[in-house]
Amino acid sequence: MFWHTTDEIMNSSSGRLSVTLQQQRPVSLDVDFRCGPGELLGLVGPSGSGKTTVLRCIAGLARADAGQVRCGDAVLWYPADGVDLPTRRRDVGIVFQNYALFEHLNARDNITIALPGWSRERRNSRAAELLELVNLSGLEARRPAQLSGGQKQRVALARALARRPRLLLLDEPFSAVDLVTRRKLRKDLARMRKRLEIPIIMVTHDLDEAYELSDTISILYHGKTLFTAAPNAVMRRPSTPEVAHLVGLTNIFTGEVAEHDRARRLTLLRWRDRILECALNESYRPGETVHWLIPPNNVILHQRVRPSRGERENPVAGVVRDLVTLGGSVNIELDIESSSGETLSFSVPVHVAERNSLDMGERIGVSLRAAGIHLMKYDRSR
Amino acid sequence: MTIEWQAFSLSLKLAGATTMVLLPLAVVLARYLAWTRSVLKGGMEALVALPLVLPPTVLGYYLLVSFGPQGMPGSIYADVFGETLAFSFTGLLLASLVFNLPFAVQPAQRAFESIACEVRESAWCCGLNAWQTFWKIELPQAWMGVLSGAILTFAHTLGEFGVVLMVGGNIPGETRTISIAIFDRVTAFDDRSAAAMSAILLAFSAAAIASIYVLAHHRRNHEFQ
Repeated sequence: MFWHTTDEIMNSSSGRLSVTLQQQRPVSLDVDFRCGPGELLGLVGPSGSGKTTVLRCIAGLARADAGQVRCGDAVLWYPADGVDLPTRRRDVGIVFQNYALFEHLNARDNITIALPGWSRERRNSRAAELLELVNLSGLEARRPAQLSGGQKQRVALARALARRPRLLLLDEPFSAVDLVTRRKLRKDLARMRKRLEIPIIMVTHDLDEAYELSDTISILYHGKTLFTAAPNAVMRRPSTPEVAHLVGLTNIFTGEVAEHDRARRLTLLRWRDRILECALNESYRPGETVHWLIPPNNVILHQRVRPSRGERENPVAGVVRDLVTLGGSVNIELDIESSSGETLSFSVPVHVAERNSLDMGERIGVSLRAAGIHLMKYDRSR
Repeated sequence: MTIEWQAFSLSLKLAGATTMVLLPLAVVLARYLAWTRSVLKGGMEALVALPLVLPPTVLGYYLLVSFGPQGMPGSIYADVFGETLAFSFTGLLLASLVFNLPFAVQPAQRAFESIACEVRESAWCCGLNAWQTFWKIELPQAWMGVLSGAILTFAHTLGEFGVVLMVGGNIPGETRTISIAIFDRVTAFDDRSAAAMSAILLAFSAAAIASIYVLAHHRRNHEFQ
């Protein structure tokens, strides 16, 4: 019997995945991203944005008009040179949304079938290793119909990894299970992926999921890659108002750069009748119109009972227009004073809302953290 | 009372041969129809279903005409083998293949259609080629449908009367099947022989149909246990 360390079980050497796809019809595609070995890229976008099509193009189940798919030294698809490896030779592990297990085979055989050409003994021992890895030891003789949603997903993952693929594709991997299972599976994936030294692409429409699990998020909209960056950057520094909108950020306003104050490392922004201070950003000229954004967690409520020094930082006053308690926090929508009906949304913990006796119609003050204000190029169409 | 074992064995031989020859053809056709995106799909399906609605005598008539020396298949066969296709076992078998097409194809097609395309795509991602995917994934998942088609074909051939009479005539040992023998006995007022042979045929058909339902039931139970 030969002995494995866990990493030998998981690993396959692989290189950086680079994907570019262009197509006009039936759906337009203009995709461009890279994903390094050991990296998890979350491919995010609303339904119908072409996420699954991109995954299918990588696996060779669909073809775009032009572009290329390569992984390390291996060229999987490059129509300009006539290269188009069939799916079975691309060495791609894939977990479909509904798992697509082979219903007529038990859990073990669902895995061993992915090892054609191996001896029975090697196949069985490989299947046993993988089932142990995904915590399914003891269930090898069960058919998919006898497994729970979460267990099926684990079998699908084990099957996808069986051949030591050069990359792993996950299509909405958690959408078919209940919330509790989903949390558990997410945690397992977060743990397991650290040992996978191959690029992992995860398609999801769930931004929280992408934010939790990804090293990089790539936003796809109408088939076009809009923005690819680290999750934090996507959520705090989106490239355009459109991206901000897609990731659910709402506090987007229009202002004008007043001046750059290099000494204090600040850019001063004219907005309505106020001047806001933000972190120095000289990519915009003084006088230039810009969009600016403040993520909700950078809006600080002024304590009504105990005012503090921090209130001097970009103070904004307004009247509470709406107040909704969601779990442990209260979402507040504020009608900003001396603006043309613009609103600011942010949330505070329930106890803070109670201590400050916040209610509809109350006038309150907030600070916009200078470091949190993000400037974006002006887009006339908005 | 006479039970015409010769007619009975001829019927079994015809049913067996039809099933054996038709099965692979039906699987290929059913699989194609299940997944094709051809604009002709509807037309092909209608053509396959036609024997279901056509009166057997009408189907039999056209087959007889085409098997005769004036018909294309008939004349080619006569040129090659030097004998006529009509009123021969081979002609009967060919006719049997045609009128059984819907019985063999439709259950198999439904079965192939029920396999999600991601299942086949998973197989390709597992490194299986088209042939391995067919043998190891598609056929095992569709085999209930294929088997139902085979049993229906077998049972239906045993009982077919109209087409067989038109194309085969009533030649003992060559084209006289059990259903024709029964008809013959009734017209000769030999009720006891007709009754005995009918009872045997009834038992056979009942067993065939029952086996399909038992299989289907077994499968349902198996899936939801």
